[in-house]
Amino acid sequence: MSQSPLLSVENLAFERDDSCLFDAIDLTVNGGDILQIEGANGSGKTTLLRLLTGALQPSAGSINYLGCNIADCRYDYFANMLYIGHQPAVKLNLTAEENLRWMVANAAQSNQISISDALTEVGLAGYSDIPCYTLSAGQHRRVALARLLISEARLWYLDEPFTAIDKQGVQLLQSCLQQHVSRGGLVVLSTHQDLALNNVRKYNLLARTEHIA
Amino acid sequence: MARQMNSGFSAWLRRDLLLAYRRRGEVASPVLFFVMVSTLIPLGLTPESARLAEVAAGMIWVIALLATLLSVDGLFASDYQDGSLEQMLLTPQLLPLPVLGKITAHWLTTGLPLTLVSPLLGLMLSLPGAGYIPLICSLALGTACLSFLGAVGAALTVSLRKGGLLLTLLVMPLYMPVVIFGTATVNYAIDGFNWLPPLAILGALFAAAVALCPLAVAGALRVTASN
Amino acid sequence: MKVFSNWQWFHRLGSPRWFYQTTGRWLPWLSVATLLVLIIGLVWGLAYAPADAKQGNSFRIIYIHVPASFLALAGYYIMAIAGAVGLIWRMKLSFMVMKAAAPIGAVLTFIALFTGAVWGKPTWGTYWVWDARITSMLILLFLYAGVMALQYAYHSVDAASKAGAILALVGTVNIPIIYKSVDWWYTLHQPATIKLTSAPSMHPDMFQPLLVMILGFYLFYALVLILNTRSEILRRERKTGWVRELAQSKSGFDARAGD
Repeated sequence: MSQSPLLSVENLAFERDDSCLFDAIDLTVNGGDILQIEGANGSGKTTLLRLLTGALQPSAGSINYLGCNIADCRYDYFANMLYIGHQPAVKLNLTAEENLRWMVANAAQSNQISISDALTEVGLAGYSDIPCYTLSAGQHRRVALARLLISEARLWYLDEPFTAIDKQGVQLLQSCLQQHVSRGGLVVLSTHQDLALNNVRKYNLLARTEHIA
Repeated sequence: MARQMNSGFSAWLRRDLLLAYRRRGEVASPVLFFVMVSTLIPLGLTPESARLAEVAAGMIWVIALLATLLSVDGLFASDYQDGSLEQMLLTPQLLPLPVLGKITAHWLTTGLPLTLVSPLLGLMLSLPGAGYIPLICSLALGTACLSFLGAVGAALTVSLRKGGLLLTLLVMPLYMPVVIFGTATVNYAIDGFNWLPPLAILGALFAAAVALCPLAVAGALRVTASN
Repeated sequence: MKVFSNWQWFHRLGSPRWFYQTTGRWLPWLSVATLLVLIIGLVWGLAYAPADAKQGNSFRIIYIHVPASFLALAGYYIMAIAGAVGLIWRMKLSFMVMKAAAPIGAVLTFIALFTGAVWGKPTWGTYWVWDARITSMLILLFLYAGVMALQYAYHSVDAASKAGAILALVGTVNIPIIYKSVDWWYTLHQPATIKLTSAPSMHPDMFQPLLVMILGFYLFYALVLILNTRSEILRRERKTGWVRELAQSKSGFDARAGD
């Protein structure tokens, strides 16, 4: 029995302000895939990710989760999705722990890692109970990283996740991604960085070509 | 391991209350504004009790409205800047529910303190005795309406820089019925009439606001916050 | 970014081009009809209708004031409906109509207020009085101003249109509430009201030219709305093939050279 792919994009088109950003995009992403969207700045990588999250409406085409249009199976899709955009969504007046607790509370699913363990793994162990306005931007992104550790969502959409992270964080994030896809999840991310992972599908948004690295 | 999702209302309510508690100083400004501006009235008009008494109800109401207007600008602003609003648009829960939670938190930290402080202002502006209870009742319902209507304006202008002035323009016409019935409640009581009918209309406005504004806010946020 | 001047976009978007071409054919007839009706109404009302018993000749301003107020209110609903259609069916043409309707309605509201003030001077001795009608008109003006200001504040045309449509709809729900509240507020403070237009108790000889003027104003509104929408279409579709051809044929030089 052939199963519907986890995520499939058919004939997707998006236009804004009377000019077309892209059209006729077809993609299929299955569990275990890492799809890296490449393209120059302004080519629409963030827009494509936001279309995938449902924050923007396509002008044509459809995005399907397990064969069902995301407009129809909204609850299931959103419950299984995690999106981290340019801003890490960290409230400055809350502590790292409170922020993480909040993010986890909003997620439908979380695994057994406790919040303090997750914070320890990302290197914020001693900082868990001071307000985040005392932390640096890199440390804010670590809080977002901790969120990835706890999340059980199957679809991860990450927009430039490697910004403002140091080498250690990069390694941590890459191992996190690896673990996620080995458990059957999928990752769609946009980044200029070369990932030190196997079998990364690189999709060039402008040329519409794909190759595996 | 999937957990039962809550509606999002109480989660966002609690978070916003916690944030307000952490920024206590900021939250106190509408109340301070309220008290300070009301001292301008005797300075600008007259210190005579009799004349103040005539305008007290309306004045208190208008200043409460202005104080709410100033504070509603920031309802979605910080969430928009740090990306939390983006996340709110992606929750599986229906969007009007977290919105309802945020607006409720806003009223609890703005409208409610204003309502509780209003008898003090009534005293300072020689409000006749019959007006105090109606003032508190009308402000309680009225400031809630103002929070809801203000949230619609805040949602429509959240991604604009200097959206505050535009917010005032957008929301003022919507505020006018609330002011009319709010002050009428107090003035009816002062003149010796039954003040429950205008209060009931205010209650009806409140009910309509609770039902409809979160929908308008959700629609507006989807348009403005995802650009 | 690629720009599309392809048919498939137009079909889905409610074809501004079709609108432009079709209204181009109607315009001459509509203009003539509007002019005729307005002239008939004005001459009849200003010159031939009998003078009012109490107010003398100053009442004649209602032949402009009343139609303007009608259209100001109707125009808001037209704007809001255009916005709703644009939101629900995602038709760009509808959003263009909405954007075109806003300034027309705002100016009509202003005319209503101005003529109301001009009327007020001989009638009550003052240019401005806070009666229910005028106060409601003023609030309507603010509502229009809000919709226009919101649309101009956004750089992105799509966001501007959608936000403006949402605001227009919120205003639509509020207009009856506002009108009723102001009405009630006014009776609270001034029990003896002077009705600006007691239409049922107007003499038929005065009423008929009023009807003609109202019709004339409706035609005028339709005319100006179509004209305004057409210029909005040209502005927004300026990069498409058919607009460029139009510009080239009208001006006779190569429009592309100026890009």
